Amino acid sequence: MSEAATAAGAPTRAHRAGLFARSGGVLTLIFVGPFLLYVAAFLILPTLMLLATAFSGAHGFTWRYVGELDQAQTLIAFRNSIELSAASALVGLVIGALAAYFVMRPGMPRGLGSLVTTFSAVAANFAGVPLAFAFIATLGSLGVITVWLKSIGIDLYGAGFRLYSILGLVIVYAYFQVPLMIIVITPALEALRKQWREAAENLGASSVDYWRYVGLPILLPSLLSAYILLFGNAFSAYATPYAISSGIVALVPVEISNVLSGNVMLSPQTGAALAFGMILVMVAVMGLYALIARQVGRWARP
Amino acid sequence: MRKRRRSETGPKIGLVLIGLYFLVPLVSTGAFSFWEGGNRYGLRAYVALVHEQQLWQSLGLSLRLAIETILVGLVILVPAVFWMNLRVQRLRALFDFVSVLPFVVPPIALVAGLTALYRGPSWFVGTANYLVVPYVILALPYTYRALEVGMRALDLRTLTEAAQSVGAGWLSIMFRVIVPNLSTALIGAALLTIAIVMGEFTFANILLFNTFAVYINYVGQTAATEAAALTLLSFLITWLAMLGVLLTGRGQVQIGGAR
Repeated sequence: MSEAATAAGAPTRAHRAGLFARSGGVLTLIFVGPFLLYVAAFLILPTLMLLATAFSGAHGFTWRYVGELDQAQTLIAFRNSIELSAASALVGLVIGALAAYFVMRPGMPRGLGSLVTTFSAVAANFAGVPLAFAFIATLGSLGVITVWLKSIGIDLYGAGFRLYSILGLVIVYAYFQVPLMIIVITPALEALRKQWREAAENLGASSVDYWRYVGLPILLPSLLSAYILLFGNAFSAYATPYAISSGIVALVPVEISNVLSGNVMLSPQTGAALAFGMILVMVAVMGLYALIARQVGRWARP
Repeated sequence: MRKRRRSETGPKIGLVLIGLYFLVPLVSTGAFSFWEGGNRYGLRAYVALVHEQQLWQSLGLSLRLAIETILVGLVILVPAVFWMNLRVQRLRALFDFVSVLPFVVPPIALVAGLTALYRGPSWFVGTANYLVVPYVILALPYTYRALEVGMRALDLRTLTEAAQSVGAGWLSIMFRVIVPNLSTALIGAALLTIAIVMGEFTFANILLFNTFAVYINYVGQTAATEAAALTLLSFLITWLAMLGVLLTGRGQVQIGGAR
């Protein structure tokens, strides 16, 4: 039996090895080559080009433009972008997790789950210019809600509210952050076993105890990685703040676009340095994400 | 008993509030799009838009770009993912890594890099078709994920060997065996790409091409009610695409590219 298997297996393996030696390398090149070439030419080379531009002056290599990143205006843009991303990620995290949790509670109407999933998919992808206009029509200085609140005596804009402010943008960004959070966190919430809760209750734990000592520690890696994902999502957003415009709050993506469109007197190198700075932040963010995601993977497999 | 009852009211109120946050901007936009000044409401914005040549041109351009993006993306990805799964599994880690790179390089940074690197030839860089280049990169994570999930569900080795044993070459294996078996994954990837490309603004705006999103922005500077109507139209397109993704199943719906 085992002899027969070896006898049958050996020629096949040799045959395969032969095939690979004869045509495998060429075929691999034909099948995989275009994809890797495309990514190299249109994603990796442009990124390296940014790096090269950011570090090249009239006389070769220079730290000047990257060094200029610590200028007041640039620092403000980075600080605003990071603040906005951190705040909108936090809002998305809390509200999204609560919404996902509420939907899964027993006693909710049938079909609510799939409605929320579908709507989340739509809203997470409904961003950019249309989203900006939807909020201008709602909370802009002549927006429906603004006018309505004024009619009942609450003057938002009189109180200093602006749609193009960190607070205003957090409200707008929540429209794609919350749904993204719902999509990301629902599987993790579903993985919480009912038995764990019952076991905790049998041992006399209250609802607060359960979350404090069982639920949240288990969810923590998922929540962290979701937070990082949401942060990156907000950090690279460009169309939404651009379309709300009026430029009171400086954000890195909008600054880069000003350089690219020649709207400000800044050198292309400065734009490249800004873009390079953004990529650095994103590398850090995605690196953390990968690290935590691996941890989550380890926890998820019992 | 009473405690449980109370704890169910809280979540319901919470959900209603969250729902309101998502509904109100849509309803406001809808109401605004029917506003004709003063207390008059009607379809004027919509009628004006239907006769707007530029709307149809930009919508047509975005649709064309979406289709081109789907085709180019599939042509480079289907063979690569197929071969990786069939023969060179050791490339999987590299592929997984490459497929998340578009998240690391924000669109605004990528467009800066592209404009610094490629100045010509103008017959390519100067036409809207050039947008397909970055759009394929934008759609890459989703297309890759969809194809990867789809191919893993297939027994590629058996399918390939069966096809080879009846004399099929690689081309007919791809087109007559693999692609038909992947139809669900392909439709999901295509719909997601449509949603991304129809809403994409960053590249088109910087590279100065009049796509649908750029047109909406342009209208927004001049005619607010018409911009509201276009916003609703854009929402509808996203709805349709996502509904399609969810109905065809398995489609991974996460971050779009339009932000």
